[in-house]
Amino acid sequence: MAGTALRRRLTWRPAQLSAVRQETPTARTLTLRVDGWAGHVPGQHVDVRLTAADGYTAVRSYSISSAPAEGELEITVDEVRGGEVSPYLVREIAAGDLVEVRGPLGGWFVWQPQSTRPLQLVAGGSGIAPLMSMARARAAAGGGAPTRLLYSVRRPDAVVFAAELAGLAAPGSGLEVSYAYTRAVPEGWPRPAGRVDAALLAEATWPAERAPDCFVCGPTGFVEATADLLVAAGHSASAIRTERFGPTGSTS
Amino acid sequence: MAAQATQAYRGGDVAQFSRGFSGRPRSEEPDLPPGQYRTHDFPVLSAGPTPRVPLDTWQFTIVTEAGERHSWDWKALQQLPSESVTVDLHCVTRWSKLGTRWRGVSLDTLFEDVETASEYAYVRAYGGYTTNLPLEDLLDGQAWVAYEYDGDPLAPEHGGPARLLVPHLYLWKSAKWVQGIVLTPQDEPGFWETAGYHMYGDPWQEQRYAGD
Ligand SMILES: Cc1cc2nc3c(=O)[nH]c(=O)nc-3n(C[C@H](O)[C@H](O)[C@H](O)COP(=O)(O)OP(=O)(O)OC[C@H]3O[C@@H](n4cnc5c(N)ncnc54)[C@H](O)[C@@H]3O)c2cc1C
Repeated sequence: MAGTALRRRLTWRPAQLSAVRQETPTARTLTLRVDGWAGHVPGQHVDVRLTAADGYTAVRSYSISSAPAEGELEITVDEVRGGEVSPYLVREIAAGDLVEVRGPLGGWFVWQPQSTRPLQLVAGGSGIAPLMSMARARAAAGGGAPTRLLYSVRRPDAVVFAAELAGLAAPGSGLEVSYAYTRAVPEGWPRPAGRVDAALLAEATWPAERAPDCFVCGPTGFVEATADLLVAAGHSASAIRTERFGPTGSTS
Repeated sequence: MAAQATQAYRGGDVAQFSRGFSGRPRSEEPDLPPGQYRTHDFPVLSAGPTPRVPLDTWQFTIVTEAGERHSWDWKALQQLPSESVTVDLHCVTRWSKLGTRWRGVSLDTLFEDVETASEYAYVRAYGGYTTNLPLEDLLDGQAWVAYEYDGDPLAPEHGGPARLLVPHLYLWKSAKWVQGIVLTPQDEPGFWETAGYHMYGDPWQEQRYAGD
């Protein structure tokens, strides 16, 4: 079990930035090479430590967005304006630079790619990161679990992984992707901009009778609201796993 | 340690992690444990949806190793002497919130008639959450079953109607929606402890993960 595998000492390891990909105007994916990295379980995160010239350090958690791989992992960081760490990771750090990572961490918000049970993913903003790792791992494993992803995002140009998600959700893939735009919608979109509500949930997610494993990830306010809606729609609370990224009140 | 790792990695060059990172302008914050930053809002972290526990069915129960049960319903809890406390909170995800104001019943009051030789408390919560800590960390004015935050009834997302409050340990030990305590002779890992977090969780020692 992931939980027991974690009961060992976790040390900080050097990680070298080998590639960066601009995903949206405010988000970047960083590819980190870590000697001896043994891979992860989709849903896990790493702690990233930055060290300034005067020795000062800052640590933040970032979900792993890539599929499990040896020697390498990717994180996808969205800039929080006025933040200490995310602006550096999104705008400053360049290929060749070093940070330190500790992980993989987390034995609860994880999904085993060999599972064939129906899977419901619900992402708010940068909460897509660990769910993308699950979607990628699922495709790599041959796609057993019938899966729906509902992705809530402010506006069309803020969608991370848009093209890859469209590819993963090809007909016959067993993956269906739906979007909820909270501030601005694409041209000709059938719904006005707005938050995920019970009606959209009924349309875009598995009904409770299918008893899916649900993973909800994003800013706190988003996770609170959507997890409550899922419970109200009849899903059992024990089938819903959540990961909250931010402080109270912020939503996507 | 960081410097050593860098040297090994760069084959002996004196390299620097995080080129160009300077961090935020810093002032001395003597009340912050290492690795923590101060927040002024009140983040929420939990593993699933927020349980809603009706007051008319709420109960808090202490079970001893002999199987003796001590239970309080909501009314009984409210009739016990309560205390107002102002404490600092330290979450393992690195935020600290200083000077938070609570009202609740001291665990010393709840343990007055409990006879036990057990050294450990296994805490259970509505919704299935669990956590473990030494019994002595709950006594002598160190812990409360809290039901008011900042003068208002405790909101469900922060653990209402009542949560455990053990401010000297990382906040995951302060189980939200607390339902009871089982006293045990051995230290059994709870929910996060099974998932790789530290068995004790002292913020001042940075006991975040198993083995720290
Ligand atoms: C388990 C876990 C996984 C995470 N995974 C990711 C991920 O994959 N991608 C990602 O981009 N982020 C992720 N985060 C959030 C990340 O750890 C940082 O909180 C975020 O990058 C902001 O850090 P900062 O130093 O830039 O801001 P800070 O300097 O910490 O904060 C600056 C200001 O912004 C507020 N703030 C802090 N975090 C957020 C937030 N997330 N949303 C809105 N306001 C905020 C603070 O209250 C403060 O006022 C994750 C968090 C956790 C706990």
